[in-house]
Amino acid sequence: MKRLGNREDLERMRQEALSKRPERFISLGMGTASRAHGAEAVYEALQEEVTKRGMGVHVKATGDHGLCGYAPVMVVYPEGLLYHSVKPSDVPDILAALETGEVVDRLLYTDPLTKETFTYEKDIPFYKKQMRLVMGLMESAEPLSVDDYLCYGGFSALAKAMLDMEPQAIIQEVISSGLRGRGGAGFRTGWKWEDAANRPSPIKYIICNGDEGDPGAYMDRCLLEGLPFEVLEGMIIGAYAIGAHEGFVYVRKEYPLATHNVQEAIGILRELGLLGKDILGSGFDFDVQVVRGGGAFVCGESSALIASVEGRVGEPRSKHVHATESGLWGRPTVLNNVETLANVPFIVNRGGGWFASIGTEESKGTKVFSLAGDIYNTGLVEVPMGITLREVVYDIGGGIQGGKAFKAVQTGGPSGGCLPDSQLDLPVDFDTLDAAGSMMGSGGMIIMDENTCMVDVARYFVKFLTEESCGKCVPCREGLRHMLEILDRITQGEGTMEDVELLDELGYVVAHASLCGLGKSAPNPVLSTLRYFRDEYVEHVKDRKCRAGVCKALVRYEIDAQACTGCQVCFKACPVDAISGKPKEIHVIDQGKCIKCGICKDVCKFDAVKVV
Amino acid sequence: MTEVMVEDLEQNVKEVMARYGNNPARMIEILQDLQDIYGYLPEEVLKEVGRQTEVPLTRVYHVATFFKTFTLKPRGKYTIQVCTGTACHVKGSYRVLERFEDVLGVKPGDTTNDFLFTLETVNCVGCCALGPVVIIDGKYHGHVSPVQVDSLIKEYREQ
Repeated sequence: MKRLGNREDLERMRQEALSKRPERFISLGMGTASRAHGAEAVYEALQEEVTKRGMGVHVKATGDHGLCGYAPVMVVYPEGLLYHSVKPSDVPDILAALETGEVVDRLLYTDPLTKETFTYEKDIPFYKKQMRLVMGLMESAEPLSVDDYLCYGGFSALAKAMLDMEPQAIIQEVISSGLRGRGGAGFRTGWKWEDAANRPSPIKYIICNGDEGDPGAYMDRCLLEGLPFEVLEGMIIGAYAIGAHEGFVYVRKEYPLATHNVQEAIGILRELGLLGKDILGSGFDFDVQVVRGGGAFVCGESSALIASVEGRVGEPRSKHVHATESGLWGRPTVLNNVETLANVPFIVNRGGGWFASIGTEESKGTKVFSLAGDIYNTGLVEVPMGITLREVVYDIGGGIQGGKAFKAVQTGGPSGGCLPDSQLDLPVDFDTLDAAGSMMGSGGMIIMDENTCMVDVARYFVKFLTEESCGKCVPCREGLRHMLEILDRITQGEGTMEDVELLDELGYVVAHASLCGLGKSAPNPVLSTLRYFRDEYVEHVKDRKCRAGVCKALVRYEIDAQACTGCQVCFKACPVDAISGKPKEIHVIDQGKCIKCGICKDVCKFDAVKVV
Repeated sequence: MTEVMVEDLEQNVKEVMARYGNNPARMIEILQDLQDIYGYLPEEVLKEVGRQTEVPLTRVYHVATFFKTFTLKPRGKYTIQVCTGTACHVKGSYRVLERFEDVLGVKPGDTTNDFLFTLETVNCVGCCALGPVVIIDGKYHGHVSPVQVDSLIKEYREQ
């Protein structure tokens, strides 16, 4: 690969790429989620079949398209034909149809509720209300193809920023865009950059935070896997703006593909001279290293992450001095989330004013959410700020699976909160979600149906946070442990009403007295469920009842004599031989032996096993 | 440990450290790579790392016990990771985990006596659409229900 010494070299390479750009190509999502669904075998089958037929159709292996629940998903360009749940055996039909201009009907998307079938991606409700900006190229660009990225305007923002703009002008543009950190706290990116830029230190650092620790959130994984050049372009612009010559991308080790793609992308950019000395003849030097995280939730917190980059344990410190003043090795350091950086090229190219025209008063631009849980369309969605939760859950997410009732939407990861139906018309916005007792967080959105016990959910998050608390400050370490003990008691049917009040009190202390963001937000899941689902706590305590049938100590499994056909399936499946009954006779569960594993309920085809 | 292994150890640590420019700040990655070689972090490895990086053993140990990625105990041939992320939890991963515990007779973090399986939990692998997710020996299994646990284990036992 030839080194790009100046803007002309870059534009020449872009023109060459454009002249070679195929009109027709097949894009197959190949991120981690798609691979788990068997996308690799589909890719191989496609390659093989294309060669066999001598078709000359280019097959692109891209990042996950977003419709993860239906993976492997493939889109045929230029018309935008979408096939889902593709198996290797479907490939010959797909290519045969492509040759004759037909469509393989059985692989088209059918709306689970309306049963309407859609041929083109753009018509599918899941995509209709989205506004794909940072995810915009996910389907058309191969992760490590510079040519693809250039074809869609890649690195034009980098050239503009470095060759036409002063660092201060870039910072002003980012400030006027109103961009706020996408990692959780929502701090204004422009202010952070300005503060670091104004520090006189000759050595500064920029860190890209890809330690996506929130369970149920995978936006950053997808961006790092699918569009590493976009993230790196934003990072190089940021480095130039603040005057940093060294940067780090911190990726959690649970994301091997993301680590690999970023590492490869950095290697390519070094060869092209877009990283290294005198980038594009601007006289500016910058290089990036990948740092693999060690798997600690607290490392998403800036001072803990910095400690861990320095090779120490990830313990946060008190933040009276900001990282922008004294961060990595005591130098001014800017730490930005993956998605935040991916927004930067768009702001530079189209202007802060354009960016600020999207969204609400205080939250600008778009936000990527990962929808998961009990809805039809699980996956990644990018929506303009200000869209309501209801639109995301129902219009994009397709509503609750299996005709069950909606119970709550959980946003903000383990430190976020659970919001009930009454709050669904709230706009998605940093400050509105905060006021409602949840938070935007990094973008996890988990939808829970009526079979979810809210006390168990609160207990789950507190248990997670107890394990992940670094133990440095007392309120978080001890407070959470005691909250967990109380929640354990309640879910085991041994709680009292004083326990419920004590939870409120403890939550208040932990939130106000903890050292870092983890502790300060840790009581959120408890406080928000106490606020919106207090009746469930009361039921657990007073009636010793778990209406969702989740808390083992409060439920038992019984066989409905009316529905049982005596088919013996549960009898055979029971791991502890607690079920008795002859063929064609009604079966009975021996409550003394039953371990409440629920397998009998899973295997019963007649819905005869009830949780009471 | 035998004499030969000690020599290996010195060489291995040296090689891994060279990958990271002999920079002790890359401690996490140095230990991760060594764990890839040994399957876990034996005491001797931690001591050798401390010696060669000139970082006090207490600090090496602190790092090795703070981060989830490290284990100080030998591991089984296959690692079973049950995702207990929020989306998987809501989909009932706790029931799948309990079944694995019952069938294997170990708790998360432990290894079966025959050193065939190590059971672990992991907080989200980012494939929430597949929940509950179980990863065995690097292979992803989606929508796992407690009923399937027995046959999954059997499959790997027979391999």
